[in-house]
Amino acid sequence: MHELLSPEKGGKRLLLGNEAIIRGALEANVRFVAAYPGTPSSEIIDGFARLGHEAGVEVEYSVNEKVSVESACAAAISGVRSLCSMKHVGLNVAADAFMTLAYVGVKAGMVIVTADDPSLHSSQNEQDNRFYAKMAHVPMLEPATPQEAKDMVQPAYEISERFRIPCLLRTTTRVNHCRGVVELGDLPSGSVQGDFQRDPFNLVVVPMVGRKLRLQLLEKEKQLQEVSESSPFNRVEGSGRWGIVTSGVSVLHVRDAVRELGIQDKVSVLSLGMTSPIPERLIGDFLQNVDRVMVVEELDPYLEEAVRNVAQKMGRSLTIAGKGPAGIPQAFELDSLKVQKALGRFFDVPVQAPAPLSAPQDLPARPPNLCPGCPHRATFYSIKKIFGEDAVYPTDIGCYTLGLLPPLQMADFLICMGSSVSTAGGFSRVLDRPVVAFIGDSTFFHSGMTGLVNAVTHDRNILLVIMDNGTTAMTGHQPHPGVSITPGGRKEPKVDVEQVVRGCGVQRVTVVNPLNVKKTQAALEEIKEDLKEGGVSVLISRSPCPLFERRALGIKQRVVFQVTDACDLCRDCLSQLGCPAFVWERDGAGGQCVRINETLCNGCAVCAQLCDAVKPKKLEA
Amino acid sequence: MSMEKARDAGLRIFFTGVGGQGTLLATRMVGEAALIQGLNVIMSEIHGMAQRGGVVESSIVVGDLVSPVIAEGQADVMLAFEPLEALRALEKCHAHTTAVVSTVPIVPFTVATGQGRYPDVQGVLETLQKDLAQVVALDAVALARQAGNVRAANMVVVGVLAGLGKVPIERSAWEESLRRLLPAKLHGVNERAFALGFDAGRAVA
Repeated sequence: MHELLSPEKGGKRLLLGNEAIIRGALEANVRFVAAYPGTPSSEIIDGFARLGHEAGVEVEYSVNEKVSVESACAAAISGVRSLCSMKHVGLNVAADAFMTLAYVGVKAGMVIVTADDPSLHSSQNEQDNRFYAKMAHVPMLEPATPQEAKDMVQPAYEISERFRIPCLLRTTTRVNHCRGVVELGDLPSGSVQGDFQRDPFNLVVVPMVGRKLRLQLLEKEKQLQEVSESSPFNRVEGSGRWGIVTSGVSVLHVRDAVRELGIQDKVSVLSLGMTSPIPERLIGDFLQNVDRVMVVEELDPYLEEAVRNVAQKMGRSLTIAGKGPAGIPQAFELDSLKVQKALGRFFDVPVQAPAPLSAPQDLPARPPNLCPGCPHRATFYSIKKIFGEDAVYPTDIGCYTLGLLPPLQMADFLICMGSSVSTAGGFSRVLDRPVVAFIGDSTFFHSGMTGLVNAVTHDRNILLVIMDNGTTAMTGHQPHPGVSITPGGRKEPKVDVEQVVRGCGVQRVTVVNPLNVKKTQAALEEIKEDLKEGGVSVLISRSPCPLFERRALGIKQRVVFQVTDACDLCRDCLSQLGCPAFVWERDGAGGQCVRINETLCNGCAVCAQLCDAVKPKKLEA
Repeated sequence: MSMEKARDAGLRIFFTGVGGQGTLLATRMVGEAALIQGLNVIMSEIHGMAQRGGVVESSIVVGDLVSPVIAEGQADVMLAFEPLEALRALEKCHAHTTAVVSTVPIVPFTVATGQGRYPDVQGVLETLQKDLAQVVALDAVALARQAGNVRAANMVVVGVLAGLGKVPIERSAWEESLRRLLPAKLHGVNERAFALGFDAGRAVA
């Protein structure tokens, strides 16, 4: 049995926030889960994928976040509780569906987990998705801990069902990837049969329906505000005259900061777990009982604006502080020290934190890197050889974004999933340079296909390189429509990338294995000639992610490579290929050599095709 | 409230290492042991882009603390699985911090491409010893090899923490945690690695 299906009510487990959300949804009898993976949300869909069959939950790795919301809302409108999870920027992709689903609503509960990533641990931006709740007029809960994440799921479904509206569960990285003690609740039994009632004048959003639903949505929001006013997740602790308003993980930073400042007796803390709709009366009552207030929240001044708004409405004149150079930083995540300093300045209390030590400034960096043997490196290497420095290289989101780093430096522009191919089309019309765009297979399905159709339609002169490693590697090897390696072995892909590309109208399609350097470069020479005729060429550079292939199929590595005495120390292996298995050793006496770290070498043989001094060594079976 | 008093209320342990070293498993082992011991425990991990050979950081707070993030100068204990990363994480430490450092370098690729030089390990340890209250430096890889597998170096480091007695967790809870987290066929080698670390920690406690 999967750990998260333990029937032991009251049992305590050390769960990741994301696992706690899974358990909470199971306790709430969720039956349909759909998601596209994205840090820090991925463990939710991955966990459901592992236990779905056993738990009787339909689990879908959707092609993108918009599709996941559409798919899951169909279940919810048919009376089956559903869940979607996505990283913060995923909600941008899903926003079209999300905004109007708020109008149409649901029948059974639907929870959308939106996982923000303050400090951009693994994201292209930090955006504050609480504003989505405000914009869509939907209810939102913000847990602080794994226990609270689990505990909020059931009420989220109840609110969603009672008001027939999707509910946002808004987390941040430090909730998703925090592991804490979680006490388990009951798991319900019994399946749910979907039931769809035809009701087009409420479910088909033409303007006359939308107008009616808009009014209903605003009415629902008023009623939801009453839920928020009395929500057990919104509470005041302490009775001092110094006010603090906070929500989500910031509640925890505040608690430690207040204690370390020794001001427990002087403060009242309003901790908000339900932050949409804003509980205005609760905030108003709180403001009556404090002399000044500081709003402690990560990212943008969502609560701060609400608090100022309430104070203005009630004519209460008091000092309200929040974001600002002397206050709470707007960029990057908070910690208890940042909060201590801001509270200390605002309430004029000395901060007694231990002095941090300082690390030397000139330490060598250790950025993440493409793995040894990664086929993306071989693709970048060959394309750089043929297209050189002159070309513009729009890229996309996945492991291959790491091609940005030296020595490859094969990434010139990126804004979001799918932007490689569409921006390439734009660049090609205003620049007199070759344009070569990179996109991964999973990202191509997610949002590259429409850009490719656009490029073909408008005769854009670009080369699109689809770096097909057969999986969604960066987020943990999730499947996508084109996968051929499955837990059951190799299979025909459900959707073949090459056929899709041809179906998009591309006439010139080439498939290569990038680990074969000579053939790949020969194919690229031909493509370079073809591009002179104008139009779109596509290169599918196909070689499975070796980490994934070996783990999934149990393939053992048979060979490693070694640098022999024939090495002339040209160091092209380091300065051009940049495989991290290569080591340049220098001793104090000026002696140096290049060698391959055999425990890192993956045996891909790309370096041996570039350098005669590199020779294979068979590994013992 | 004095600084000492604030520290008595809870303990913050900062973990730093390189992707592939088992830093997160070591973190879970401490967390699970704390749970078995009945302590309040919160762990925080960074996934995703941070892996792929980059720095992996995680944290554990036990006792009467609730924020999962260890800020600058807040780590009471640092477990460093690699010496350069120990040095880089100094800003998380304060003058009373205890550090456990595995001395085996993993040279970052940036050094191989000539972007910077790897610092002298002896110099790194001297800096740590000068700045911190206590530094336990040991070749965890050699001890893991002695236990039967170099990959168990993470268990050696956790063993040192246990042997030092910095966290109020009994030996039986540590051992149960190890058995919970690892498949049975890996128990022997990891238990031996943990024990070697434990003895090393106990010797300097």
